Amino acid sequence: MVEWTDFERSTIVDIFSKINHDIVGPAVLSRCLIVYPWTQRYFSKFGNLYNAAAIMGNPNVAKHGKVILQSLEKAVKNMDNIKGTYAELSVMHFEKLHVDPDNFKLLADCLTIVVAAQFGKAFTGEVQAAFQKFLAVVVSSLGRQYH
Amino acid sequence: MSLTEKDKATVKALWGKISKSSDAIGADALGRMLVVYPQTKTYFTHWSDLSPNSAPVKNHGKNVMSGVALAVSKIDDLTAGLLDLSEQHAFTLRVDPANFKILSHCILVVLAIMFPKEFTPEVHVAMDKFFCGVSLALSEKYR
Repeated sequence: MVEWTDFERSTIVDIFSKINHDIVGPAVLSRCLIVYPWTQRYFSKFGNLYNAAAIMGNPNVAKHGKVILQSLEKAVKNMDNIKGTYAELSVMHFEKLHVDPDNFKLLADCLTIVVAAQFGKAFTGEVQAAFQKFLAVVVSSLGRQYH
Repeated sequence: MSLTEKDKATVKALWGKISKSSDAIGADALGRMLVVYPQTKTYFTHWSDLSPNSAPVKNHGKNVMSGVALAVSKIDDLTAGLLDLSEQHAFTLRVDPANFKILSHCILVVLAIMFPKEFTPEVHVAMDKFFCGVSLALSEKYR
């Protein structure tokens, strides 16, 4: 059972209330596919991923980035049971999508960078620590049902 | 995952824009690291004050970034260029190399904060590769 301080709870809720899914979602996924190109292996049906410009302009990438952010909202709304909230998603990522769970951390790092860029100086060390703790719980929950 | 000519050019171009802020970058990255990854504090028990913007943190941030500046200047052969620093980290400081990744990540976060327009995905991948190369070169003499 994860223990959240009041600061951590309010920080996570605050960050997610201030990010625009339609912008941040596509930005995070495209950054991940560019910075860690081997992650493209899971998106062979998405069309043109040949270079950074193609990735950033790809409508399938944009659409899927939004799906990911919307899913993160579920974790924000259920911070006391992220593991339970993501049980089905974890099964799906293992049995259907066959995603190596190391990739979850790569996406999480890209999200940290995108959020840092948006928040600037307000993204202090304490805020970063809370955000990364939340993402670590998400990452762990997504890998939980692998066997 | 070695640096292509394009990567090296990207790193040098970014460094040209950010180097005058290197003290601030170093201080923020180091201060942030000590907060986000408390286990890294174990290497600095000899400091009176581990809070961000304290004198020891600011001073050491400068040291770290002068190492980064050296790495940029020796980007064509990081292993050879960082040999002395590698010996220092291996035999004197004995920093677990896992921490190089941690500090690299914090530097990238600071770059995103301070230079959001410049830190595009293409610049991000070049800098990530560069810091991987620096970390590898620093680990060279460990065993």
